[in-house]
Amino acid sequence: MSDVLAIADHRRGELRDVSYELLTAGRDLADETGGDLHVAVVSGPVDEYAEKLDREGVDAVHTVDYGEEFNHDVYTQAITQLYDALAPQYVLAPNSVNGLDYAPAVANRLDLPLVTDVVDLAVDGDALVATREMYGGKVETTTELAADAAAVTIRSGEWPAAEGTGDATVEAFDVDIDEDAIGSTVTGFEEVAGGDVDITDADVLVSVGRGIDEEENLELIFDLAEAMDATVSSSRPIVDNGWLPPNRQVGQSGKVVTPDVYVAIGISGAVQHVAGMKGSETIVAINTDPNAPIMDIADYAIHDDLFDVVPALTEEFQ
Amino acid sequence: MKILVTVKEVATVEDEFEIDGTAIDERFLGADLNEWDDYAIEAAVQLQEDGIADEVVTVTIGPEDAEQTIRQALAKGADRAIRVWDDALADVDLLDVGAKTELLQAVVEDEDPDLVLTGVQSGDDSFGATGVSLADAIDTQWAAVVNDLEVDPDAGTASVHRELEGGVEELTEIDLPAVLTIQTGINEPRYASLRGIRQAQRKPLDHQTLADLGVDDGAVDGDLELTDMYEPETETDVTVFEGSAEETAGDLADLLREKGVEA
Ligand SMILES: Cc1cc2nc3c(=O)[nH]c(=O)nc-3n(C[C@H](O)[C@H](O)[C@H](O)COP(=O)(O)OP(=O)(O)OC[C@H]3O[C@@H](n4cnc5c(N)ncnc54)[C@H](O)[C@@H]3O)c2cc1C
Repeated sequence: MSDVLAIADHRRGELRDVSYELLTAGRDLADETGGDLHVAVVSGPVDEYAEKLDREGVDAVHTVDYGEEFNHDVYTQAITQLYDALAPQYVLAPNSVNGLDYAPAVANRLDLPLVTDVVDLAVDGDALVATREMYGGKVETTTELAADAAAVTIRSGEWPAAEGTGDATVEAFDVDIDEDAIGSTVTGFEEVAGGDVDITDADVLVSVGRGIDEEENLELIFDLAEAMDATVSSSRPIVDNGWLPPNRQVGQSGKVVTPDVYVAIGISGAVQHVAGMKGSETIVAINTDPNAPIMDIADYAIHDDLFDVVPALTEEFQ
Repeated sequence: MKILVTVKEVATVEDEFEIDGTAIDERFLGADLNEWDDYAIEAAVQLQEDGIADEVVTVTIGPEDAEQTIRQALAKGADRAIRVWDDALADVDLLDVGAKTELLQAVVEDEDPDLVLTGVQSGDDSFGATGVSLADAIDTQWAAVVNDLEVDPDAGTASVHRELEGGVEELTEIDLPAVLTIQTGINEPRYASLRGIRQAQRKPLDHQTLADLGVDDGAVDGDLELTDMYEPETETDVTVFEGSAEETAGDLADLLREKGVEA
């Protein structure tokens, strides 16, 4: 029992990037345990997926040809059966929205300890050492799991994608799905409406977060954006509050932007926000908190009150 | 229909703080109702106002200090509260998903709710896993990261939107009973009214120990141990502009002009 079983992530006919990152994380871990890396892909065009997943370091790909789209009941049943058949030491899943919809159920059903949203993994003797953040990224922690086996979900973007072509065996796994135990049905998908502003098109984004405090204060941000000839975007709470429409939201559940300049004003830099803007050329942060996680990825920063800095900056450009 | 809402008091950290061993020094910690749970409470109270739910009960795993936060949920309209705490819990650094699941499972078995609402995650340890783990333990349906909810009590189903990545939502039908993890933005959480706050003082808040729940002390030990806590290393060489707001704004404006920003 030293193998690793990694579960690929896909949606609407495409493997998601985190799948290839899982291969790297899984290979690293299997090297430490001295085991094989097994990859499972459940539902959808599994043979096509299997071919793509056969990258360097993968020993075996198991396909579960059942249904088209993600269904957590099918996943939970298929993965527990794969676990029983393969007896891996570690199960690795993506910390995606779908990963969080099955990994905890799988862990509970198999009585495995679970650690989620991991950014680094190591093996120390008998223990698995997982690095993860707490308090919205203000601190990092290491957690030791002293158990024979465990389930882990990994954060996307933390491991490089596996490359090359492997010589994995590809096998169709003979799954036995109990249809009576399927109590959920996916009926469709909906895309958040586009609207008139496309923040992904902007060269300069002035992005506002919860530090703005009140809806009325947004005027300060729009004044600055106008003076700088920039576009206004925001973090999630501004959209949750209904102060700006969803098409202005940057992040995991919003838009991914890569402007020349991204000015984050009163934004802490939670991982789900950073996922949408870390590719910006130059990142500027204006925040009273010198320890805000946004400072870890900023190129330039002002540790001061936005209500003092923003009007002064607007004046500079008028 | 009865709804159980899991509510957590989370620790909040001041801007400047110090780490003491594997925890943030208490001097730099505050406490607040978990942001996601606020939306879960609102969703439950709205179902009650719509005549779909007839009772909303909250459950918290937390020490006596958490009662002020629990009263916030009562002030917003929940009918009564359960607080699980025990000396055995006071000694645990990091209560893992398995342990939380076992405690909440015992509460669900006592209360027998038709719907359990949790937050997507808690703002402090952010495992984001308790709701779905609980659902499997109590053998009901579930949905993670729900940002739209309609309950049809006659059909015994819920129609939910699950918020996936990149502005895509999955539309899903699930059988009740179920556990749903609620995402921010699903509604507009209300502020407690003065009347609500007064009423909350008189609503039942019941404390349960592990023995009351019939859970073994060993169940809360878990397999996870926090071994280190530190401030993350910065990935960039950040240039910090110093001085008054006028000075820093001037420096930043110079830089931005260099990068091609123009009025
Ligand atoms: C499944 C999931 C998906 C998510 N998707 C997204 C997403 O797409 N996009 C997104 O943004 N978030 C997303 N989130 C939420 C994310 O976790 C954070 O809660 C959110 O990004 C926080 O927004 P914020 O930085 O504006 O607020 P906070 O974290 O509250 O930060 C506010 C910041 O403002 C600073 N501040 C306060 N007052 C001032 C002042 N006067 N002057 C200067 N600075 C000040 C504070 O120091 C603080 O750093 C998601 C969460 C989950 C669980």
